[in-house]
Amino acid sequence: MTTTPARPATPATTRPAPVTSSVLFDSPGPRGRRRIRNGAVAAGTVLALIIASALFQLGRNGVLDAERWAVLLNRDLARLLLHGLWSTLQVALVAMVLSVAGALLLVAARLSDRSPLRGAAKIWIELFRGLPLLVLIFMIFLGAPAIGIDVPTFWALVIGITLYNSAVICEIFRAGIQSLPKGQAEAAYAIGLRKIETQRVVLLPQAINAMLPALVAQVVIILKETSLGFVIGYTELLREGRVAVEYLGSTYAIPVYVAVAALYLLVNLAISRMARRLEGRLTH
Amino acid sequence: MSAVINNLPVLLAGFGTSLALILVSAAIALLLGVALAGMRVSPVPLLQTAATCYVECLRTVPTAVIFFFALFGLPQMGVRIGFFPAAVAALSVYYAAFFCEAVRSGINSVPTGQAEAARSIGLEFRGALRFVVLPQALRSVIPPLLNVFVALTKSSAIASAFGVAELLASTTALVTIESDAVIPILLACSAFYLVITIPAGLLAERLEKKVAVAR
Repeated sequence: MTTTPARPATPATTRPAPVTSSVLFDSPGPRGRRRIRNGAVAAGTVLALIIASALFQLGRNGVLDAERWAVLLNRDLARLLLHGLWSTLQVALVAMVLSVAGALLLVAARLSDRSPLRGAAKIWIELFRGLPLLVLIFMIFLGAPAIGIDVPTFWALVIGITLYNSAVICEIFRAGIQSLPKGQAEAAYAIGLRKIETQRVVLLPQAINAMLPALVAQVVIILKETSLGFVIGYTELLREGRVAVEYLGSTYAIPVYVAVAALYLLVNLAISRMARRLEGRLTH
Repeated sequence: MSAVINNLPVLLAGFGTSLALILVSAAIALLLGVALAGMRVSPVPLLQTAATCYVECLRTVPTAVIFFFALFGLPQMGVRIGFFPAAVAALSVYYAAFFCEAVRSGINSVPTGQAEAARSIGLEFRGALRFVVLPQALRSVIPPLLNVFVALTKSSAIASAFGVAELLASTTALVTIESDAVIPILLACSAFYLVITIPAGLLAERLEKKVAVAR
């Protein structure tokens, strides 16, 4: 029989309230509300003017003609773009799996007891994190043939993305593991677990919670990075869009690229949403 | 190696263009990003929504798609600009969203108690922001801003695929000429990028540790 009402359980996914939203100022009185309303009206007018002038410019150049946007209903275009999306997802999936595997190896080296191994891992990570992904892709795409290895574009893309992202994900893993209380590792050693067992059985499972948001953000980033495949001629979503525009003529550029952007947006938002749900379930 | 030394002027010219591209885009993106962050923390709901939509939409789309819009979309709207301005436009519009989030996360990283304490000693919105929240936020905002700058530096390489004669474009052009020195040239190009990204990354890391200790 408790008299004090239990505090409502805050869902695990809510972030700490941003300081500026409520704490910084009182809830506005009549004058404040009027001022906010005036501000909203002024801002709305400015935004509306910007949007209107952009629409006017688009309309004057005929971009808003229904006939141009009707091209998106074309079945061949839809098939082309969906094929591109499928190729994009394939690269992203393979690259993600390989990146996580590579990151596990790297983090094992990075947190190793042997200092040369630690140093080597640190240098490796700094190098590959610091290079533009496109340079890495070119290294595989142009560099491998130079030493006599022929790499298909799919693998050039996947290996480039993996080299880059395994370094980034390794740092995510490390931050996750180091965010745990020291006592966890000490307790594991105290009951006689070896280092690798400690990592695998005690630390990593707990660290997953801390690093899940960053990991999912990385999935989204990998998906976006696959678009660089167009540079080396891998037919992913963006390249299919380009092919379509070249075939249809540049007047259709905006509708097609809007469709391409919308596809990326939808897939990435879906991933983020899924992650948020998963995160809520894991932290309970 | 001699291929690299002989062609150093070409690489250096590319590096110069890259630097110009990076610095101009970063400056514009930072200004836009701060404005967006201001909109996102402002008490005007309409501005909040507009800025949130901008950030969410831009962040989920690949940089290359933005480049396509800048290069092939703008002419359709009657705006005709060269390759370099188009690349600057694409990079700054895209990275404004990331700078905005870095600034906002800096403001949000100040513990709520600080703002509450400022309010409880009678400071108003402006005073609380100016004397308590912003000085702390600015310090913790610099590392994420540097990280966004590093990301922008790396993304600037994408401009090579869109007609801008920057570092990577010069490199790939060289590679087709000096086909027996592909790897040294690619390594030289990498070194130029690392000269920017590694120091900036290490600086961000160091500042981050400093800020963490300060609180």
